[in-house]
Amino acid sequence: MESWRRNPLFFWIVGLPPTLWLVLFFLVPLGLIWLFSFSDKRGIIDIELTWTLANYARSLEWLYLEIFLKSFWMAGATTVIALLVGFPIAFAISFAPPKAKPWLLLLIILPFWTNLLIRTYALIAVLRSRGFVNFGLEWLWDQGNWVLSLAGLGGYQLLGERFEPLELLYNNFAVVFGLVYVFLPFMVLPLYAALDRLDRSYIEASLDLGAGQLRSFFSVVVPMAKAGVVSGVIITFIPALGSFLQSDLLGGPDSQIIANVIERQFKSANDWPYGAALSFILMYLTFFALALRAVLSRGNRDAEGL
Amino acid sequence: MNDSAAPKPIVSIQNMSKRFAGAVTAVDQVSLDIGAGEFFALLGPSGCGKTTLLRMIAGFETPTEGALLIDGQDMSQVPPNRRPVNMVFQSYAVFPHMSVFDNVAYGLKVARTKGSEIRPRVEEALELVKLGGYGARKPDQLSGGQRQRVALARALVKRPKVLLLDEPLSALDAKLREAMQMELVRLQHSVGITFIIVTHDQSEALSMANRIAVMEGGKVRQVAPPSELYERPSSRFVADFIGKINLFEAKPLGQSGAALELEVPALGRIAVPFSGDPAKVAWVAVRPEKLRLLRQPPEDGSLVFPGTVAEVAYYGETSHVLVSGPNGHGMTVNLHNGTQETPSTLAPGDSLCCSWAPEDTLLLAD
Repeated sequence: MESWRRNPLFFWIVGLPPTLWLVLFFLVPLGLIWLFSFSDKRGIIDIELTWTLANYARSLEWLYLEIFLKSFWMAGATTVIALLVGFPIAFAISFAPPKAKPWLLLLIILPFWTNLLIRTYALIAVLRSRGFVNFGLEWLWDQGNWVLSLAGLGGYQLLGERFEPLELLYNNFAVVFGLVYVFLPFMVLPLYAALDRLDRSYIEASLDLGAGQLRSFFSVVVPMAKAGVVSGVIITFIPALGSFLQSDLLGGPDSQIIANVIERQFKSANDWPYGAALSFILMYLTFFALALRAVLSRGNRDAEGL
Repeated sequence: MNDSAAPKPIVSIQNMSKRFAGAVTAVDQVSLDIGAGEFFALLGPSGCGKTTLLRMIAGFETPTEGALLIDGQDMSQVPPNRRPVNMVFQSYAVFPHMSVFDNVAYGLKVARTKGSEIRPRVEEALELVKLGGYGARKPDQLSGGQRQRVALARALVKRPKVLLLDEPLSALDAKLREAMQMELVRLQHSVGITFIIVTHDQSEALSMANRIAVMEGGKVRQVAPPSELYERPSSRFVADFIGKINLFEAKPLGQSGAALELEVPALGRIAVPFSGDPAKVAWVAVRPEKLRLLRQPPEDGSLVFPGTVAEVAYYGETSHVLVSGPNGHGMTVNLHNGTQETPSTLAPGDSLCCSWAPEDTLLLAD
C-alpha cells in the first residue's frame, strides 16, 4: 500500500477513471437535480433557477408527509420481514456442506438474472384471485370437503358454501410481499458473509458452557452477526424506500409511496423542480435515519461496557 | 498399556474409534482410563487424532464405535451442553460482545444459577486466574494471555468434573508459555479437577502432566508417567518423538543370562541387560545426555562408539556435539557446559570415544 502511494503515476492511472466516472455521472447530475429543486417551472420544458423554496414548502404539506411516513413504514416492514426470513436462510447456508454452499448461494442470486419487471409481473400471476396461491387453497378446500364427506359430514358445509379466494393482490400486503421478494438477496448475502466468517468454536463454547441450541443462537450467533445485520438492513431499507415498481404494479389505491410520487413528477406530471425537492427530502431523511442508527448503536456499545 | 491410574477412573474411554467420511480413521480403537485428579496429556504430532479424541470427550464429535463413560455415566446419548466437562478452546473463543464478567457468568446464567450466587462465584473464578478487577473489560482490551485466563475462568466457574484443554498454550510466546505451564499446574492443584490437555509440544506434556498418552495415526502408542516415557519408551516412535535420541538398527542374536546379545552395524556386537521379548527388538538407542566423551576407550565395561568430532553446536548451557564414526554412522552427544572452559575443549577433527553404561541403552520395537 505504502509503495503504491509513493508512485503517483500508478496512483493517477488507477484512481482517475473511477474519479471521473463518479464526477460525471453522479456528482454533476446530483448537482443539477439540487439546482432544479430551487427552480420554477416556466413551461413544458423550461426550468428557471430562481432559488425559490416553494417546492420544499409544498413537500412538507401533510398530504405528502403522510406519504413519506407510509414509505418509511413499508420499507421498514420489508426490512424486518426480510431480516426474519433471511437470517435463517443465511444461517442454514453457512452451515451447509462446503460443496453445497455455492449452489445454495446461486439459488439466492438466481432471481437477479431475470428482469425485475418480469419477476414482478410473475408475482401478479401468483397472488391474483385466480392465481397460484388461491388455486392451491381451493385444492385444499376441495380435499377438506372430500374428507368431511367421507366422515359423513358432507351435508353441513362446514368449510363454507363455496371457496372464497383470498384478496392477495392490489393492497399493501402485495407491495410488501413484492419488496421482500426482490430485496431478500440483499439481506441474505451480507448476513451469510458475517455468519460464514463466524468461528464455529464460539458456538461450541456456548454449547460447552451448558447453553442449548436456541440459547446459543440468540446469545452468541445473532449478536456476533451484528455487522452483517446492520449492512443487510441498510442495503435493504434504502432501495426499498426508493422502489416504485412494486407499489405501481402490485399496490392498491392506498399503496402510493413517495417513490411513486417522485416518479410521477418526472414523468406524467412533468414537474421536475418539485420531484427534485422530494428526492432531496427523501435523501436527507435517509441520511438522518443512518445517522440515528449510528448514534444509537454507539450508545449500545457504551451500555454493554458497563 | 499402563494401569497405574486411580482405582476409579473419572473418564473411561473404551475401544473408541472415529472414522470421518472418506474413510479417514482419525481415532482407532483407543482405550484409556483417566483417574480423578490426574493431569493427563494427549501428546502426538498433528493429525494423530488427539484433538478428535478430546472433542469426542466434550461431545462435539460422535464416536463411530466404542463407549465413553464420565464418572461412571455413559455419554453416548448426552449432548455437549449436558456433559460434566468444560473446554478451553485453542482459539479461546471468548465472546467478543460480552464483558469479561459476562463471559465468565454466561455458563452460570445458562444453568439458572441463583442471581445472588453468580457474582461471588464469577469474582472467585477471576481471582483464581489472577484477573480480579478485570470484570468490566471487553475481550478486545485484553492481551492473548489474559483472554486465555478468561477462557480458563469461564470453564472452571462451572466446577466441571473434567477440564479439557485443546492446545491451550500454542498461541502464546515462549516466555509466557513457560509461565502459563507452571500456572496451569498450580491451578490444577488448587481446584483438584481432572485436566486433560492436548498438545503437540513434548516439553509441555513432560513438564505439566502426571501421565501422558502418546498418539500416532489414531492409535495410542504408550501411556506412562513422563519420566518412564522418556527413560523407558516402548517403541521407536515414542523414543524419537519424546526428546532427542541416537538410533541404530539392531539384530538380536540371543539371550545370555540377563543380557541380550545384539549385532549392531554401527557398534559391532554388544550385550545389553534385557528382560523382554527379544523377537520384537529392532533398534538400539541411547539418549544424547547419557553419553560421555572420552579421549581413551574406558575399561569399565561401558559401550563405546569411536569417532571424530564433526560439528559442535553451542546452546549456552549445553553443547551438541556431532561425532561421526565408522561407516558413516553418527552420534549426537549433549555436553553439559559445567565450566566456562568446557565448550573450548572440543574442535572439529578431534578423535575421541562416546561411551555409555549398558543399562542406559534402550532396546526398542519398531
